[in-house]
Amino acid sequence: MVLFELIDYDLLRVIWWLLLGILLIGFALTDGFDMGVGALLPFVAKTDIERRVAINSIAPTWEGNQVWFILGGGAIFAAFPPLYAVSFSGFYLAMFVVLAALILRPVAFKYRSKREDPRWRSMWDWALFIGGFVPALIFGVAVGNVLQGVPFRLTESLMPIYEGSFFGLLNPFALLAGLVSVAMLVMHGAAWLALRAEGVVATRARAYGSVAALAVVVLYPLAGVWMAFGIDAYTFVGEVPVNGASNPLVTEVARGGSWLAAYAERPWIAIAPIMGIVGAVLVWKGIRGNREGLTFLASKMSITGVIGSVGLTMFPFILPSSIQPDASLTLWDSSSSHMTLFVMLVSTIIFLPIVLIYTAWVYKVLWGPVSEETIRRDSETAY
Amino acid sequence: MEFGLVELSRLQFALTAMFHFLFVPLTLGLSIIIAIMETVYVMTGRPIWRQMTKFWGTLFGINFVLGVATGLTMEFQFGMNWAYYSHYVGDIFGAPLAIEGLMAFFLEATFVGLWFFGWDKLSKVQHMVVAWLVAIGTNLSALWILVANGWMQFPVGSAFNPMTMRMELTSFYEVLFNEVAQSKFVHTVSAGYVTAAIFVLGVSSWYLLKGRHIEMARRSIAVASSFGLASALSVAVLGDESGYAVSHSQKMKLAVIEGMWETEPAPAPFTAFGIIDSEARETRYAVHIPWVMGLIGTRSLTQEMPGINDLVAEAEDRVRSGIIAYDALMTIRKDRANTAQEVIDTFEAHGGDLGFAYLLYQYVDDPRQATEAQIVQAANDTVPLVGPLFWAFRGMVALGVLFIAITAYFFVVTNFRGGRYPRWALWTAVWIIPAPWIAAELGWFVAEYGRQPWTVDGVLPTFLSVSHLSVTSVWITLVGFVVFYSALFVVEVALLLKYIRKGPYLDVEETEAWMQERRARLRGNARPAPNATPAE
Repeated sequence: MVLFELIDYDLLRVIWWLLLGILLIGFALTDGFDMGVGALLPFVAKTDIERRVAINSIAPTWEGNQVWFILGGGAIFAAFPPLYAVSFSGFYLAMFVVLAALILRPVAFKYRSKREDPRWRSMWDWALFIGGFVPALIFGVAVGNVLQGVPFRLTESLMPIYEGSFFGLLNPFALLAGLVSVAMLVMHGAAWLALRAEGVVATRARAYGSVAALAVVVLYPLAGVWMAFGIDAYTFVGEVPVNGASNPLVTEVARGGSWLAAYAERPWIAIAPIMGIVGAVLVWKGIRGNREGLTFLASKMSITGVIGSVGLTMFPFILPSSIQPDASLTLWDSSSSHMTLFVMLVSTIIFLPIVLIYTAWVYKVLWGPVSEETIRRDSETAY
Repeated sequence: MEFGLVELSRLQFALTAMFHFLFVPLTLGLSIIIAIMETVYVMTGRPIWRQMTKFWGTLFGINFVLGVATGLTMEFQFGMNWAYYSHYVGDIFGAPLAIEGLMAFFLEATFVGLWFFGWDKLSKVQHMVVAWLVAIGTNLSALWILVANGWMQFPVGSAFNPMTMRMELTSFYEVLFNEVAQSKFVHTVSAGYVTAAIFVLGVSSWYLLKGRHIEMARRSIAVASSFGLASALSVAVLGDESGYAVSHSQKMKLAVIEGMWETEPAPAPFTAFGIIDSEARETRYAVHIPWVMGLIGTRSLTQEMPGINDLVAEAEDRVRSGIIAYDALMTIRKDRANTAQEVIDTFEAHGGDLGFAYLLYQYVDDPRQATEAQIVQAANDTVPLVGPLFWAFRGMVALGVLFIAITAYFFVVTNFRGGRYPRWALWTAVWIIPAPWIAAELGWFVAEYGRQPWTVDGVLPTFLSVSHLSVTSVWITLVGFVVFYSALFVVEVALLLKYIRKGPYLDVEETEAWMQERRARLRGNARPAPNATPAE
């Protein structure tokens, strides 16, 4: 079998690193506004009918959006197995909290309006809040920890051993990253509500959205400065075998210096943080100018920039180890085999465009404003 | 049993997987039953079929979300609790999981929302196509999951790479067309179809007993009994196919299910009943049905099927061979770039048995230092507990036969006895509703517990696969999952019962309008139906 050698191993690794980024950004752009709407729910909607307006603006499509998350997990497993093994076992309790919050969400959507009892509905509304806010916070905290390096070791048989604790994850820089993530997704959720919902829900969403956009404009550069001057970067020592076997222990890694060095080496990557900030500014302006369509696009641009900046800054590192830098996972030494990456790429090239086409079609069919009248009219089928 | 890290991790995986599998079979089958009902609606235009579709769709939705919610745990639990497993076999095992998301779950999850919210936004035919897309997505999902699971049972198309210290893919084709995966897929989805058929049959029977929604209940029984009978028969036939596949991929599992300690002369009998005595290594008071096992397992009358004792002796040889492989691997690992060719050749020759040397890790830090007694012990470890497997398998088969009987009975009464169901039969159908779930869980138990002590048969022992976690952490999540899942389960069942009691939403106006139009058409003075053939 030589078919898979059509594409070089190092190129495949770069492609999969990019695809992983695309999947994470896809998750943030789609399920991100579902989480944002969840986190905003108790604030933008006070009465039952208002809450149903907010919920039904995302009700028909959240399920498809959530698949980005599941696919992200599957793709990490398939393309970077050591990353899957180290990160999820390392962030064990944090992952459990994320799962618990995300499990609440589907159930809350479906079950909330199946009974009239106000206490029942209020309980599920809080579940939706948790399902939006908690994952948004923890994903940001996780990224904050990844930038600093994570305390794990690898044995000679490549068994990962994590030596940190749950509360160790909650350090100041990571919490700041968590806040950036929450602000970003709340901004995205508000932009969505402004676009789809009508009436008082949309009005309140605009108010919260402009605050969230401002928070992104302030907190994201703050985190950037902190990262540049307060956090050690990781670098390879000596030659890096980009076509070698995937064994993290083969390469030597040093800790020190600043992640800012990446911007000296590859100045063009500055486009990512610029998109992150400019996008948020445009959201702030767009919301005040009642230009919902543009606002939502700007929000997407901001999120793409923020997530992209993390990946591009760390390239080629994916998950550095703070206690055994040589064990750090990079795209050159923690990918799947040449053949697996090729097989996965072929299936992605076939299926991802199909997914995008039918998702777009479904959004088109279901498009239209969600208002208190439409909810009353479709009370039987609406959530 | 002492609850260490390995036991707790296994318990958590078993509980979360079995809980997930409470929702999956009903989703698999009900998605198809609903698509069939909606197709009948589109073909006949009768409003009652639309109301039926919507009613069963509501129950489908309540069940579906819990399948989705608990499936999330499954996707991430390998990394959380089984980190070494994830590293060791992720190169092969991860791919089907990712493709499942891309090809199947996206399809299912995107269109299920459109199905519920698109009644007024799509044409009849479009909406029916959406129903079928959901059903296809659901079933494809099962295909990829079982390709992954089939590889754990029968790890083809892969080899150990000493450079990366893991198993790597050598042939995707072999992994995909793994015979164990294929037979598992059809067996599992058919079991799902039976589950849904029995569910629809039982709920509809309850309506008939209460004298409610009779028109809908009768039509539902007609669909469920024929679909259920076909599926129940295919579960049995394909279960036999599974048996044949297992017989040359997992001889130990088959021998244990059979309680067959000694190799029987061909053709081997099937033990219908017996008392397992693991101490004395014999099955007492066994009631044999001659020839049956040999026919299922080998499809011949002359081929022998090995018993447990012979398989243990074989395992002992493989442990010794594995130690040679382990020794070569350690030499390779010291200086990967400059290994002598003969060491590489030795590893190539014995590498397939490396997993058997890992079994010794339970007793000694370096398998090369193992004593004779420890080698014998490791070989004995390859036998899963016989009693539970022997009985779980028989329970599953007995229930399968019961499902064939009950669906066949309803099929005959519906089609040849004018649908006059006696009350005892209706009550039986109601009481039997939980039985397919029991059968499905038993089947799951036979497949997974029967694979012990391995996570990947012959490749990686279970005790080695776990993450390096504190026992406290696993206790926290285990208790968390149990409490959380139990609460969700109570809510789910309560909602299902509420909506069953409530019954379908019957649109009287819609039905009457349709009746009037139909009467007018029968009188012959209506405008021709759109699909009528033009006048000759």
